[in-house]
Amino acid sequence: MATMLLKSFRSNLVNFRAYQFALITTCLVLLTAKSKKTLAKPGVKNVVLVEGVRTPFLQSGTTYADLMPHDLARAALQGLLHRTGFPKEAVDYIVYGTVIQEVKTSNVAREAALGAGFSDRTPAHTVTMACISSNQAMTTAVGLIAAGQCDAVVAGGVEFMSDVPIRHSRKMRKTMLSLNKAKTLGARLSLLGSIRLAHLSPELPAVAEFSTAETMGHSADRLAAAFGVSRQEQDEFALRSHTLAKKAQDEGLLSDIVGFKVPGKDIVSKDNGIRPSTMEQMAKLKPAFVKPHGTVTAANSSYLTDGASAVLIMSEEKALAMGYKPKAYLRDFVYVSQDPKDQLLLGPTYATPKVLERSGLTLADIDVFEFHEAFAGQILANLKAMESDWFAQNCMGRKAKVGAPPLDKFNMWGGSLSLGHPFAATGCRLVTTVAHRLKKEGGQYGLVAACAAGGQGHAMVIEAYPQ
Amino acid sequence: MAGLRALGVLSRITVRHRYTLFSARTHVNYEVKGDVAVVRINDPTSKVNTLSVHMQKEMAEVLGEVWSNDAVKSAVLISSKPGCFIAGADINMIQACKSAEEVTYISQEGQKMFEKIEKSPKPIVAAINGSCLGGGLEFAIACQYRVATKSKKTVLGTPEVLLGLLPAAGGTQRLPKMVGLPSAFDMTLTGRNIRADKAKKMGLVHQLVDTLGPGLKGPEERTMEYLEEVAIECARGIVNKKIPLTKEKGMMQKVQDYVMSFPFVRNQIYNTVQKKVMKQTKGLYPAPLNIIDCVKSGVEQGSDAGYLAESQNFGKLAMTTESKALIGLYHGQVACKKNRFGVPEKEVKTLAILGAGLMGAGIAQVTVDKGIHTIMKDTTLEGLNRGHQQVYKGLNDKTKKKSITSFERDTTLSNLTGQLDYSGFQNADMVIEAVFEDIAIKHKVIKEVEAVIPPHCIFASNTSALPIKDIAAASKRPEKVIGMHYFSPVDKMQLLEIITTDKTSKDTTASAVAVGLKQGKIIIVVGDGPGFYTTRCLAPMLAEAVRVLQEGVDPKKLDSLTTGFGFPVGAATLADEVGIDVAAHVAEDLGKAFGPRLGGGNPELLKTMVEKGFKGRKTGKGCYVYQPGLKSKEVNMELNDILESFKLTPNPAVSSDSDVQYRLVSRFVNEAVMCLQEGILANPVEGDIGAVFGLGFPPCLGGPFRFVDTFGADKLVEKMRRFEDVYGNQFTPCPLLLDHAKDPSKKFHK
Repeated sequence: MATMLLKSFRSNLVNFRAYQFALITTCLVLLTAKSKKTLAKPGVKNVVLVEGVRTPFLQSGTTYADLMPHDLARAALQGLLHRTGFPKEAVDYIVYGTVIQEVKTSNVAREAALGAGFSDRTPAHTVTMACISSNQAMTTAVGLIAAGQCDAVVAGGVEFMSDVPIRHSRKMRKTMLSLNKAKTLGARLSLLGSIRLAHLSPELPAVAEFSTAETMGHSADRLAAAFGVSRQEQDEFALRSHTLAKKAQDEGLLSDIVGFKVPGKDIVSKDNGIRPSTMEQMAKLKPAFVKPHGTVTAANSSYLTDGASAVLIMSEEKALAMGYKPKAYLRDFVYVSQDPKDQLLLGPTYATPKVLERSGLTLADIDVFEFHEAFAGQILANLKAMESDWFAQNCMGRKAKVGAPPLDKFNMWGGSLSLGHPFAATGCRLVTTVAHRLKKEGGQYGLVAACAAGGQGHAMVIEAYPQ
Repeated sequence: MAGLRALGVLSRITVRHRYTLFSARTHVNYEVKGDVAVVRINDPTSKVNTLSVHMQKEMAEVLGEVWSNDAVKSAVLISSKPGCFIAGADINMIQACKSAEEVTYISQEGQKMFEKIEKSPKPIVAAINGSCLGGGLEFAIACQYRVATKSKKTVLGTPEVLLGLLPAAGGTQRLPKMVGLPSAFDMTLTGRNIRADKAKKMGLVHQLVDTLGPGLKGPEERTMEYLEEVAIECARGIVNKKIPLTKEKGMMQKVQDYVMSFPFVRNQIYNTVQKKVMKQTKGLYPAPLNIIDCVKSGVEQGSDAGYLAESQNFGKLAMTTESKALIGLYHGQVACKKNRFGVPEKEVKTLAILGAGLMGAGIAQVTVDKGIHTIMKDTTLEGLNRGHQQVYKGLNDKTKKKSITSFERDTTLSNLTGQLDYSGFQNADMVIEAVFEDIAIKHKVIKEVEAVIPPHCIFASNTSALPIKDIAAASKRPEKVIGMHYFSPVDKMQLLEIITTDKTSKDTTASAVAVGLKQGKIIIVVGDGPGFYTTRCLAPMLAEAVRVLQEGVDPKKLDSLTTGFGFPVGAATLADEVGIDVAAHVAEDLGKAFGPRLGGGNPELLKTMVEKGFKGRKTGKGCYVYQPGLKSKEVNMELNDILESFKLTPNPAVSSDSDVQYRLVSRFVNEAVMCLQEGILANPVEGDIGAVFGLGFPPCLGGPFRFVDTFGADKLVEKMRRFEDVYGNQFTPCPLLLDHAKDPSKKFHK
């Protein structure tokens, strides 16, 4: 797929001079000829993104290793306050996403807000929806504002994979709980005596679907195979992601990052998982999930990441009244869900046509695409599915395909494969990146799409704020 | 690059062109992909691939071309049918043979072909998706490498023994080497299906391939392509020596091999297996013993002796009446898995069951996991709770065996509604009642139900003896009333007896059959009458059993006589399982309908047992005493007193062991023939299927009708006349049986 595109690109280059003029004019026409001038709807409040920040995304087990999830969340929230200079008491509500919950801070939104110095009069709740948890946090905020309940809401997400809750086995837990209730020494001793070696084997949280017991990587490998995505295509795409991320990092485009002073360690100010490799190096890796003939490897999958993100979402009038210049409008969004076994990671394919329809746009209207890259194979499978009439007709009940996003507008500053993927923090990164890219590239409409465990998906249309 | 690709396409076209021009092969074809020949099997005349003469001929041709083509380095063998690799040898081919020698010859041809494949200079990879059974499995294990999909449809096995045959194309020789003696015996002697994951663990397949969801094509189509792609990679890997063909043996394997190297150990295994087979078959089935013999010859005397034993035993077995009976049952079973009444107008999506007892919950069990919304209604909360627990346990046991996941169990259970009232019945497409066998209660529920159900809803009764027309008498719409007689335990017993009255509409019947088929049942459709077919056949046999008990034969002896004849469950145990009270009830009902002809022992004996609380297994005491947790059962000593008071003096002329057996069986058979004669049965095939799958008539005899054909109607009549002299009209052969006795050319099965 990627090679094919590259090829056609190259052949275009050859004829570039001859068609230069024609191309430029068509480009201009394309840029101006949007289906709609704006997505503002009469009677509906304009909701805007004022600012978006994130901590550097680090591979789990590195510099953040000794922290707790709410520490990262605090850093993102403080960074947001710091960057915007927003008065704490003006925050009406806080919604935060997380996937793997730290038991001690089950409402991590509240703990992080208090720790970050927000007013103790600002309520906060935590949402969870796998990899689209912070998308859910943001759209919850949008809903609260659109409904007139709030004017300024902080949304975000945190994921901390350096430490996950590992539990005692069910048998052991049962024994320990009974021990609490045992009144006599004899009863306690007999309970202790009932502990066998098998009781001591711990329960690890699995990145597996509860409904199908299949790990996500395994499902991604099957998905790639179903769409005939080759190992080479996947490695090429992963390499693209790392290369683009490196370029963005070097050019200082990843301006949503706020530095984080880790107690006892240095200030962290850069993502540490961006590592452009070579095709040869990547080809050496063995498949990680489907052995021995699988195609998904460690190099073409997103890795376990620690990180947090936060955004400030407001009603346009309030933002303007308070003297803020919004970055973008948050427009239509959809959530979709499908078969968690065979279509686990096809969320973007289902969500994209739906959200475009809702906003009355076509794929050609979109200037900036930011899709969550769970696996290179997953992204490529989604692109093929979106490009397939067969799939649209037989699996989605649509008349025709929606079409695949052009790669030159797609994840141009890297993606989850290279920047990292702290499950619940990725959504805000995508939205903030769209806003930044729209501004930088001068586009008008951006599209965010992501898949999530459970066979769910999300997409949102973002409109640039007039300069 | 592009040029090369174009060349490849060209060569492919020419290859195809050549073969379609010069040999119009229909069943086996191949395509060369690079240096790998992809051999595709597809029988265009059938849903499944079988190793027919035609298929074998084309396969030999194709393989010959593959071997002689220097551009080809390896081959992949794959079916074009998504649900079936090769389902086995063509049974008709074996049935068409007139002599053992002919069958032996077929076996030897197969052996030779597979030996060639085993010694193929170019590695052949079998790519398996769907059923890989019998000859198909033997074909696959002759190949150098096997890749299988994890599809639920992928099953491997050697079911020949179930047809009274043996795996005769090298199966008894290769399996022990491949999976070890114990597993080989397990496979060949039980004939059970092995799922892909298990096959991988056993070493029967080398690699597993996941099934795929929809992509740019349908899931099945793409899965087949993927399987082919992986298999081609494997074939290349073997040629490049990247994939070793000999697997490094694990510690356990080494220990096992070492232990097996002692002849003493092997002999011990042969003896244990032999004993077990004898215990289970009572020596009535020759195939298992022959299989042991073949395996033994191969392991102990070398493969030449093994192959010879295999082909010769196969020839012999194919000519046995047992094998013919079993093959007859197989064909019958296939016939009874079809709906000869057409497609019903309305599919049943919601099924309501009245009564959550053993039967009601059992019906729910086989319905709820087929995606049908199932309502289970009872009159008491306790009854409902028990029924719900039964359904849950059935599903949970499957979870424990890992045939379904706990999640599938939960979603399946979400299709089940348990309730005490008739709410939701307005959406029911079919109601099956499994309430107490009392015509007054049945009439009460039919009226209650008809007040709430929609007009199209079918009312089915799961009665075992009450005539359906009597039940339908209370209905406003008798054309919608039908009998659906399930057998206990419903999830284990394969038979469903559907009973139609002369008022039952064809669409009602079609719908009942469709539901039964969905539930996985083998179905016979019979006419209405007291006891229908199955209960009516069983009643005289049980009546005779009571007489035998009265004549002083103790329950254990009675059981061993019946099991010795081939019944899987002895008559006394069967009575306990059915319930003495049910037996007494049925005996009384049928006695009223048919008069003394259906009598035998004193019905008062059963009534006395019921009065004393000896109702069979459910009350813990019947002919035997049942203790929870104990498998072995003791004869109920308190029964002796009752038997003593009903004692009869046996007539030595008709009381030898063999006579007792034939007294029991001849009454069963005579009643079955009478059902055919009266039109209760539509044909002898359904009669045989009903008797074997519903009542446990000896499968080796193939059912009452096949039994008459093989045993000889004249000989049976002769025996019955002797019994008639002593016991009277209970043994009078029916006119149809007499017809067959007079004219030996008359057979029930052609």
